[in-house]
Amino acid sequence: MEFAVAEAHRNEWAFVLAATVRVTRDIDRAEECVQEAYARALADWKRHGVPLRPGAWLTTVSRRIAIDSQRRHETQGRVLPLLISQVDERESSSTETEAISDDRLRLIFTCCHPSLNFESQVALTLRYVCGLTTPEVARAFLVKESTMAARLTRAKKKITLAHIPYQVPSAEELPERIDAVLDVVHLVFTTGHTAPSGESLVRDDLTQRALQLARMLRDLLPEDLTVAGLLALIILSDARRNARIAEDGSIILLSDQDRTKWDRQSINEGLVLVGESLARRPPARFSLMAAIAAVHAQAPSYSDTDWREIVSIYDSLLLTWPSPVVALNRAVALGFADGPAVGLAALDELAGNATLANYPYYSSARAEFLRRLGRLAEARTAYVHALQITENEVERAFLKKQLDRYFKEFSPRT
Amino acid sequence: MSEYLVLIYQDEKDPWWSDPATEQKMMQQHQAFGEKHGASIRGGNALHATHAATSIRPDKNGKMTVTDGAFVETKEALGGYYVIEAADLDEALAIAKDVPAPGGGVEVRPIMPT
Repeated sequence: MEFAVAEAHRNEWAFVLAATVRVTRDIDRAEECVQEAYARALADWKRHGVPLRPGAWLTTVSRRIAIDSQRRHETQGRVLPLLISQVDERESSSTETEAISDDRLRLIFTCCHPSLNFESQVALTLRYVCGLTTPEVARAFLVKESTMAARLTRAKKKITLAHIPYQVPSAEELPERIDAVLDVVHLVFTTGHTAPSGESLVRDDLTQRALQLARMLRDLLPEDLTVAGLLALIILSDARRNARIAEDGSIILLSDQDRTKWDRQSINEGLVLVGESLARRPPARFSLMAAIAAVHAQAPSYSDTDWREIVSIYDSLLLTWPSPVVALNRAVALGFADGPAVGLAALDELAGNATLANYPYYSSARAEFLRRLGRLAEARTAYVHALQITENEVERAFLKKQLDRYFKEFSPRT
Repeated sequence: MSEYLVLIYQDEKDPWWSDPATEQKMMQQHQAFGEKHGASIRGGNALHATHAATSIRPDKNGKMTVTDGAFVETKEALGGYYVIEAADLDEALAIAKDVPAPGGGVEVRPIMPT
């Protein structure tokens, strides 16, 4: 029985919470009601067995607790007998799947409200929409548990005090608000896909949460092509998961991956979504990133990749999103299309950019092109620089391997 | 319904403040804002520039010292405010976006209910 409740906690907590927030309009109070509902489940399921749909049972009970406590609150101080404790029909029927989905959508728009800072948006989304515990959210972003707890408390306080609404934004505001939500989901994914530091390069828990969020948004907003683009990007990147990490945990570059390990079924799903999302004019940022992933997914091998197509997609991407990191990726693709000399020239044009100066990929990309041009001393310097500024242990190991492989005679003192 | 204070911050060196013609244009913009959102506006005023401000704060010994100028010197100074009533923050922000604040912007703060 404890197992059934624990299972329901893992799987249903976030759904039950979202449905309860609609009643309480306050995350803290909703949390208390949900906790009470789980406590009652422990006792009730022991006596009557686990219900057919544990999530629906918990949702109904939690919402009833919320409604009862609100009635008690409202009648406090009044000398009125409590005549009704029944949940009215309209309320209890909203355990229907559709209503639950609407509740989750409302909650994610609240968590990703532009009046909250980005860090808070991400923390709230993982905690309340994905249902991660506070220690789990803290671990995901490598901050102390107390820091994360304080961040969540501050953010919830702002929601309450400023009356940030629990509602899906108006059609007029939706595109801008959706972008904020997609940024959060994308950050969750990239944090999982390339953990910024620590032992493990990939954190599957986070990539899977991001995938679930993107799928949920897709289900709830099927007409929105920017959502389709982000889902495509996540699916196509995640399809390479089994080929990305070697048995010893080290990273395998796209160029060296065993493409038979790619998940073809996911790739096919991603390709359909990319096609659909590119119908939007101009294409959204994530759709273009997904289009690049799609070119890789369709290439029989790294050398047989359509690098010109990739360069041209990066050109479009630079128009909608002029970022130094995009310019860096474009330069690398150009190097594959037109040779290392052209690639290196494109990279050197970006020299002096403050963002890229501390970006390990810039140095490691230069190192690769220099090596292929036979300029070994400069290549070694660039590898060592990349190694000095990379925090991820697995990527460090990769860079060390490259140094050992090509520069044995002067191996670095690291 | 909740009340929000909309604080208008503007660069006092901006020509809006010295040129009578543009100042009149700004007044017209405020008038238009008032007509559009009259039902939500609970109050509001324009303030004289910070050269007319006086600040008071306690020194180490708790003695109140009076100084010339704004409490915090910033490029954009508080130039006026509205008190508005709205159902929630989204509605408040939609109204606040219409507040004229050339050469600056506004800050929206929920007012504690009394």
